[in-house]
Amino acid sequence: MRFGVVVFPGSNCDQDTFFVLRDVLAQETTYLWHKDKDLKDVDCVILPGGFSYGDYLRSGAIAKFSPLMPLVREFARKGGLVLGICNGFQVLLEMGLLPGAMIRNKNLKFLCQYVHLRVENTATPFTCRAKKDRILRIPIAHFDGNYYASPRDLRGLEKRGQIAFRYVDECGRATEEANVNGSLHNIAGIINRNGNVLGMMPHPERASEAILGSEDGRVIFESVISYLSRSRGKG
Amino acid sequence: MIDRRILADHNLTVEEYDLIVKLIGREPNLTELGIFSLMWSEHCSYKSSRIYLRNFPTEGEFVIQGPGENAGIIDIGGDLAAVFKIESHNHPSYIEPFQGAATGVGGILRDIFTMGARPIALLDSLRFGPLEDPKNRSIMEGVVAGISSYGNSIGVPTIGGEVYFHDSYSRNPLVNVFCLGLAEKKKIFYARAEGIGSPVLYVGSKTGRDGIHGATMASAEFGSETEKKRPNVQVGDPFKEKLLLEACLEVMDRGLITGIQDMGAAGLTCSTSEMAAKSGTGMTIDLDLVPQREEGMSPYEIMLSESQERMLIVCRKENLEDVRQVFAKWDLDAVPIGEVTASGRLEVRFKGERVVDIPVDAIVNLCPAYRRPSKKPPAMRKRCKPDLPPSPSDSGDTLLALLASPTIADKTWVFRQYDHMVQTNTALLPGADAAVLRIKGKKIGLAVTLDGNSLYASLDPRSGGKIAVAEACRNLACVGARPVGLTNCLNFGNPEKPEVMWQFKEVIKGMTEACRAFSVPVTGGNVSFYNDTEGLSIYPTPVVGLVGILEDVGSAIPSGWKKNGDLVVLLGKNSAELGGSEYLRSVYNLEPGPPPNLDLELEQRVHRTCREAIARGLIHSAHDPSEGGLAVCLAESSMLSPSLLGCEIDLEDEIRTDALLFGEGQSRIIVSLEENKLPVLLRLARRNGIKAKTIGRVAGRSLIIRKRGREIVRLPVKRMSEVWRGAIPRAFSIP
Repeated sequence: MRFGVVVFPGSNCDQDTFFVLRDVLAQETTYLWHKDKDLKDVDCVILPGGFSYGDYLRSGAIAKFSPLMPLVREFARKGGLVLGICNGFQVLLEMGLLPGAMIRNKNLKFLCQYVHLRVENTATPFTCRAKKDRILRIPIAHFDGNYYASPRDLRGLEKRGQIAFRYVDECGRATEEANVNGSLHNIAGIINRNGNVLGMMPHPERASEAILGSEDGRVIFESVISYLSRSRGKG
Repeated sequence: MIDRRILADHNLTVEEYDLIVKLIGREPNLTELGIFSLMWSEHCSYKSSRIYLRNFPTEGEFVIQGPGENAGIIDIGGDLAAVFKIESHNHPSYIEPFQGAATGVGGILRDIFTMGARPIALLDSLRFGPLEDPKNRSIMEGVVAGISSYGNSIGVPTIGGEVYFHDSYSRNPLVNVFCLGLAEKKKIFYARAEGIGSPVLYVGSKTGRDGIHGATMASAEFGSETEKKRPNVQVGDPFKEKLLLEACLEVMDRGLITGIQDMGAAGLTCSTSEMAAKSGTGMTIDLDLVPQREEGMSPYEIMLSESQERMLIVCRKENLEDVRQVFAKWDLDAVPIGEVTASGRLEVRFKGERVVDIPVDAIVNLCPAYRRPSKKPPAMRKRCKPDLPPSPSDSGDTLLALLASPTIADKTWVFRQYDHMVQTNTALLPGADAAVLRIKGKKIGLAVTLDGNSLYASLDPRSGGKIAVAEACRNLACVGARPVGLTNCLNFGNPEKPEVMWQFKEVIKGMTEACRAFSVPVTGGNVSFYNDTEGLSIYPTPVVGLVGILEDVGSAIPSGWKKNGDLVVLLGKNSAELGGSEYLRSVYNLEPGPPPNLDLELEQRVHRTCREAIARGLIHSAHDPSEGGLAVCLAESSMLSPSLLGCEIDLEDEIRTDALLFGEGQSRIIVSLEENKLPVLLRLARRNGIKAKTIGRVAGRSLIIRKRGREIVRLPVKRMSEVWRGAIPRAFSIP
């Protein structure tokens, strides 16, 4: 099993994500340079956080045109696992691999802080190791994390269980106050219809070691590892 | 052709001009004059300060590089070195807060990665005028957003710092930016131009007309026409700098270059002449080869531009192609613009003509140093005024008022705009006494803090300097770290005023004394003079940046209570000192002296006790009383405990109540620990020759303080927390 971490110019969580996968979780991991011509046979592609191409236009809007992206799109179409974290989520939205868009946080400021997430759907490759309704304490760090989607898209997401995580308070209630960036329906992460592409604003790689104050983010990576080893077992 | 008006425009005196003529043996042309004006500016030459800065202790067992390079370097064990530096960006941040602060961050980052270190942390010391004034709010909003935009984008966490408010900064905010980097000892780089005939490469952004005369602007007072200076402020591009950072670290890691210098203040002028001067070589460059983003730029403009995100590199000829390839990979130009010569001169060509030809030594090393007149101001408010107001009748209300004072209030409004977790090394988040970083794959950790109390320094500059160093060391002790290297940013008014010069000399004396006592070497720093607007100087503001080491990063402890039932112990002892307190300033608008007394010997023994207690796992939390004194310290330990634990405190001291609660006596640390660990802690304290006294217990959900049995404070932690956390956001919601 092999993980690939995409590096766009301006990515800045690429090394953090790589470290968690290779050094904390002992997984074979490789960087995928934005100008690469292939995906190096990885089983899961991760689009990390950062400011791809400076994000001077809409966040993620330029990364969509990166030379590697057609390969990622094809990989996703064939069912390959793609995880977009923060800026990676924004890129997935810009590419249309996930529905909706991001607008500025409701207080119009960058927000870096711990939040609580409720796991809404455990039947995905990215959450299969979590218990339903488990509360995860994971940090966010973004300016544009206020999730927006059309009423029709929202209805679809809700109906099909595509909402992976919601912002909640410590007790698991999806309150207005817990919804720090103002996302519709407190949405913190969503998955595509086929269940193989996940985008999330919080940073699980920042919450995967006790020394940093939380290990709740590991369950996301561990779910992928467990899913991939099971499907490999079957294959 | 050079007349007095031109000299005045260039901030040069007639005497300085005569010296230039003597040094180069003829009248300089305008471009050459521009070069001298920048390199001989206060900002670049330290002409008013350098004879005093020599007094700092700069040597130490672990010092790899002291003052004189882009940053100081300390050996932190194994194959690693810590590279760090602090710089001011005060003037630009007043003129254009967002870009001024942003480019301050960009500049200090380049100072660090120029040396081969990857920047791993930023901290800022910020000073603003009172938030009631909308102008101050807009400056603060812009500065914080600027720091946030640059640091967050480039992916270097801003993990701490300080924010103070005082009227003396109303028309002159201070923005001091500190950066820490990590380098492999074998891969440290310096600003050298060695190897005659070696190519000189220009890398990074193209040159424009922005920032011309930035350094000279920072070397003069502001009048009422600051708006007009807005074009002097550069615009930052953190994305470009991120590419530059990765590309530079890659060529350095592969050993492809021999010398590198960033183009910060004084741009191409400074980098070319300094690299040559430091190597005893010369340099010839052709300005037609310099990448430019505007048309028709004159040699004067190209040499003086302070466009951001640019570097100058010297490499061996045979590595030129490899260097260019690395930069191409990161979509950056690396353009040979000249070569290293043996002439000892800076020779600049433009459209086939030689437009500059001057000895580099004259530009870099021969600027006169001044021993400016200094005089103790007559109205030194040294003594404590006898007519102190009576102790307030309700200490609880006074405590709440202090918690709402912006200098003391919670700074989450600021810190959550900064990405303080990227790079995943932040082991103690902002809000702790010092920020703590782990180093991946190592047991040791690094702790960093910025400190400086300008009210103390205004009352007694020498004590202010001493306390700044002592408090920084104390903050490190509170997380369990021992100090290994110090950098400083000395912010003062116009040095041509004898009173300002006196303050400066005194502050340096105080800092030097404290640095010697703590055996902490000064590895560099920055002096920012001319912090005056319309004739008024800021309070003297020495800011200390201190780096320390924890032998085991896992042992670091926070400042908030951890466990119900723990004992609360005071290391050191309370004293009756109200001079220079935030209490008298914010509640009564009084600023009497003297600042608190400091016994450096006792201070060290308190630190040692705290560090040893942490290393042996005896204590759960440690926090020192600073602004707001003991009461604010206890309140903070409660408000910072994850479950808002309160405490019950019994004080026996016979000290007037307000001095006991809010006085800022030094050399004290409040720790909490399990009862069964107490005997060991007391033994430790005795061995170190300090007092340690149990003053209460972590309990309940309120802060309760009794003085000799009589209750003087009872406040629910939740209520205090609302006031403390709400103060700054409330100030910004005023329409």
